[in-house]
Amino acid sequence: MITSLSWLKNHLATKANLNQIVERLTEIGLEVENIKSSNDNLDNIIICKIVKSQKHPNADKLKLCDVDIGSGNLVKIVCGAQNARDGLFAVYAPPGTVIPKTNMKLKIAKIRGIESHGMLCSGYELDESSDKEGIIELNKKEKNIGDKYFKNTGEKTMEIAITPNRPDCLGVRGIARDLASSGLGQLKKQLPIKINQKFKSPIKVSIKKEKGQGCGIFGSVYIKNVQNKESPDWLKKRIISLGLKPISAIVDVTNYVMFDLNRPLHAYDADKIDQEIIVRNSKKSESFEALDNKKYTLQNNMCAISDKSGVLGLGGIIGGTRSGTEFSTKNILLESAYFFPSPIRKTSKILNIDTDAKYRFERGIDPDSIKLGLELGMCMILNMCGGEASKFSIIGKIKDERNTIDLEVEKFSKVIGFSITRAEIKKILSSLGCSLRMSGKKIKVLPPTWRPDIKEDIDLIEELTRIKGYDKVPLINPEKENIKDTLNYKQKLFHFAQRSVASKGYTEAVTWSFTDSTTDTLFSELKSEIKLFNPISSDLDVLRSSLYSNLIISAKKNIHRNFEDLMLFEIGPIFKGSKPGEQSTMISAIKTGKYSRKNWIEKERNFDVFDIKNDALRTLNEIGLDNLKIVVSNKTKKWYHPGRSGLLSLGSAGGPELAYFGEIHPSIIKRLDLRTENVLGFEIFLDNIPEERKKIRENRPQFIISDYQKVFRDFAFVIDEKYSSGEIISLVQKIDKELIKVVKIFDVYQGDNIDSGKKSIAFNVTLEPKDKTLSDNDIDQISKKIISVVQKTTGATLRS
Amino acid sequence: MENFDQIESDILNKIKNVNNQSSLDSIKTEIFGKRGVITELFKKIGSLDQSKRKEYASKLNALKTKVTEILKEKFVDFGQSEINKKLKNEKIDITLPGRDYFAGKIHPVSQVIDEVTSIFAEIGFSVEEGPDVESEYYNFSALNTPENHPARDMQDTFYLNRSKDLLLRTHTSPVQIRTMLKSKPPFKIIAPGRTYRCDSDQTHSPMFHQLEGLHIDKNINMGHLKGCLYYFVKKFFEIEKVKIRFRPSHFPFTEPSAEVDIGYKIQDGQIKIGEGDKWLEILGCGMVHPNVLKNVKVNPKQYQGYAFGVGIDRLAMLKYGINDLRAFFESDIRWLEFYGFDPLDVPTNYRGLSR
Repeated sequence: MITSLSWLKNHLATKANLNQIVERLTEIGLEVENIKSSNDNLDNIIICKIVKSQKHPNADKLKLCDVDIGSGNLVKIVCGAQNARDGLFAVYAPPGTVIPKTNMKLKIAKIRGIESHGMLCSGYELDESSDKEGIIELNKKEKNIGDKYFKNTGEKTMEIAITPNRPDCLGVRGIARDLASSGLGQLKKQLPIKINQKFKSPIKVSIKKEKGQGCGIFGSVYIKNVQNKESPDWLKKRIISLGLKPISAIVDVTNYVMFDLNRPLHAYDADKIDQEIIVRNSKKSESFEALDNKKYTLQNNMCAISDKSGVLGLGGIIGGTRSGTEFSTKNILLESAYFFPSPIRKTSKILNIDTDAKYRFERGIDPDSIKLGLELGMCMILNMCGGEASKFSIIGKIKDERNTIDLEVEKFSKVIGFSITRAEIKKILSSLGCSLRMSGKKIKVLPPTWRPDIKEDIDLIEELTRIKGYDKVPLINPEKENIKDTLNYKQKLFHFAQRSVASKGYTEAVTWSFTDSTTDTLFSELKSEIKLFNPISSDLDVLRSSLYSNLIISAKKNIHRNFEDLMLFEIGPIFKGSKPGEQSTMISAIKTGKYSRKNWIEKERNFDVFDIKNDALRTLNEIGLDNLKIVVSNKTKKWYHPGRSGLLSLGSAGGPELAYFGEIHPSIIKRLDLRTENVLGFEIFLDNIPEERKKIRENRPQFIISDYQKVFRDFAFVIDEKYSSGEIISLVQKIDKELIKVVKIFDVYQGDNIDSGKKSIAFNVTLEPKDKTLSDNDIDQISKKIISVVQKTTGATLRS
Repeated sequence: MENFDQIESDILNKIKNVNNQSSLDSIKTEIFGKRGVITELFKKIGSLDQSKRKEYASKLNALKTKVTEILKEKFVDFGQSEINKKLKNEKIDITLPGRDYFAGKIHPVSQVIDEVTSIFAEIGFSVEEGPDVESEYYNFSALNTPENHPARDMQDTFYLNRSKDLLLRTHTSPVQIRTMLKSKPPFKIIAPGRTYRCDSDQTHSPMFHQLEGLHIDKNINMGHLKGCLYYFVKKFFEIEKVKIRFRPSHFPFTEPSAEVDIGYKIQDGQIKIGEGDKWLEILGCGMVHPNVLKNVKVNPKQYQGYAFGVGIDRLAMLKYGINDLRAFFESDIRWLEFYGFDPLDVPTNYRGLSR
């Protein structure tokens, strides 16, 4: 909503200056977002004099003028107007000016080879007249050169953010009322009008009784023998200050009344109406051409203002060209109606129309303002364009939706924290337009018709607090008492995992929950992707089903910037369906490039699957899972290298999945043009980590240490390559769980001297006796047992 | 009786002249070995006359002690010089770089969530969460924002289907509803999380983060709301003086509603929070609307309280001087490393919120 101090003063008797008004408006909830000089742009446009005008050397129809723009400055301007001549006082717009008619910004430009520094304006270009012929001719004196052409454009306007609950403040009078209530002046009374309205409107109006009828009341006045013309200066300026274009007195008046009283009006050229006005539900595929020059095809049950020939316009939204007023219009019908908010909103959404009238009707117009609007509009039109007005015709009636609200005085202090007197309540609410009646302890309040937002006592309490001032609310220090643990188990896990992965060298990324479907499908097992209905762009069209999608896209961007040794992770939701809750929390990390790139101390090498496996395992350890519970298997997903990836699961290979890890499939790396040899990644399913019932300290066995020497023995076997190291380790460990503490693989070899299909594997076994020192004999026996079990179970041979 | 003095001086002379460890080893054998000088002398004790035995033994023991002592010193000397010799050859260029390691970082959004959580934990709030995909009911209707209400235009919504009943939550406020539905008052919760609006330019990102706060009990009034937010702002910006302004506003799910501005000034090109006469909007809040309480079966005659919603990304930008919101989500490693936090830098009350 835009207004200015002078406009406000039409309704408010106040001595306050602009700054005081601005401050107060913000304090009472009408936030002033912007104050601007109403038209800096128009201030640029000045009076000039053509010193010399001659023919453009390269064009017959153009002139080249030397123009005096004041302060001794002479500029060259190329001009097409025939009336540009020596000694003429004219209107000059310098480069940088936005031309009101075209909204084009002037630039210094070469026209047929000669630079033109600005423009000499026609009335048409300045939106002052429809006369396109020639430039404006002024009757001025030398001393006027350089003066502003537009007078009084200097008044500042305020842009006020009106919250959707305050339709009344979409009119200047509503804002004035709030200011008056807050003590910054007096709301001026609206004077009764005295117009002789003798005849009955010749145009019959009817509202059809239909289900879902969008119009409640239709008021109108017929004005005959008007002479439509340009609005007077003051009105034009107000219209321009609203960001609108002055069109004609009749149209400008309807706009003015809308912004002045929050009362939309519409003017029809009465002679273009076919017999009568019928307000009815539209029928599918009816159409009309609207004042925005677009043709709209309607659906069933939209509120159509129509005549015998068809739809004229959409009630409360936009009028049609067929019945539009023109300068030649002789007789008009001025409409002031009430349309229900909900159908207005529905229709405008479907047709995608946004107008100032629609914006107001969907928020709720004062149903009692119909006559007021007709009066003000009619008076202004009669004043400017002459003519004779008919009696008002107001048809239809709507139910008064207002309820009397019981307000208990104590409730105010209970909710707000400070007390208010009955007298203050009375004063504030009456000044806002409420009617009050004291009834014992309660106050019975009937809100005004222009405040559809006030429905219950809390609404009144808000009004009182707002006008009293939020600074009056006391400050009560918070209590430091906890009702519940701050974080639950899952939340603690989240925070722990996040910092655990970061501490391994990964940098945290936060990426969007949506991603590019073509990338996401590479990492997805969903049957159908989760599409957004209205994505912001075509490459952010689905909810991600994997954290890899965005991580890989991010990695690619960084790699292409030559940051090739990269460790990134993200923790957050992935989506499995489009219903609430069909999501799970993951932590995923990727690693690309080399370890020890260009380092003197170690040979550089690509990051490999064992780096990523360790990172995943250690993270699981750190968030509380013992290695003994984690089983590694070669189960994998399609987005990994099939031979260099695996699964960490809980308890057994078929247990709950904790994490996948491995090399990202080479064909994905190629397809996404990552320009790196290797991308490693892990993804941990945080939701699958079971909550321990007991604390770590409660779960731990007793601390027992052995006083006896531990013993190490090495073994080497040649074994069928199908046996994994994990199998061998668990096989050996099972032989004597008490005695064998650690089995550590220290060499794996395939190649020369080993038959194909076989591998050599060497491991070191740690024996930790509990009750005695191991004798040579004891050690021999357990060694023999290890050898025989491995040989028997796997067919391996001991390597000498 | 043997001349012990003579024997001693002979031995000491020999030791003195030794100049390497291996000769010292053989001298030690010559003295204490199976047939060593002193070993032989001890063997004699048994054959001596009772009257001389005592004096002999005492002199011999004194000799043994002295020689052992001297030998030990000599061994230490040789050991030390051996080490010294080795150290001379073990000099390296210590300014050479060591092995590579990667220092990970925590994203500013995560860090600020932890900071904020730490602050609210101090005053008794616990953390709740809700899904990113919401139904139209939880996101709007239950929050007193009926269909076809213009308030819905305030938030450009991402929808998941044509019928528009499934959407990406436009604020964290649906967590209020979910929390109150699943349990009984009192409620004192915060809910940080991802939020989405179909809007993208310099200052808007289609995804951003919010922190919801909700405190419902029997006597929680607007003064408590004010006190809570003053406390929060002071703690978060780690300043003593705060300038805060509560300005009336409108949210369908709170009444009265307020927007909160914080005072700031620009000094030497840097923003200073808590001083100056400029205002910056940082959050929206208000007393929970009775209709919201009714929707979650909490009796508004018995219970009342406040709710607030803060933009986490915006807080991070203000506190850490970050200009561009969109950069938060672009994963440029240079940005992440520059603005990121050390993983060990966990915000806590006792260790300080930030370093």
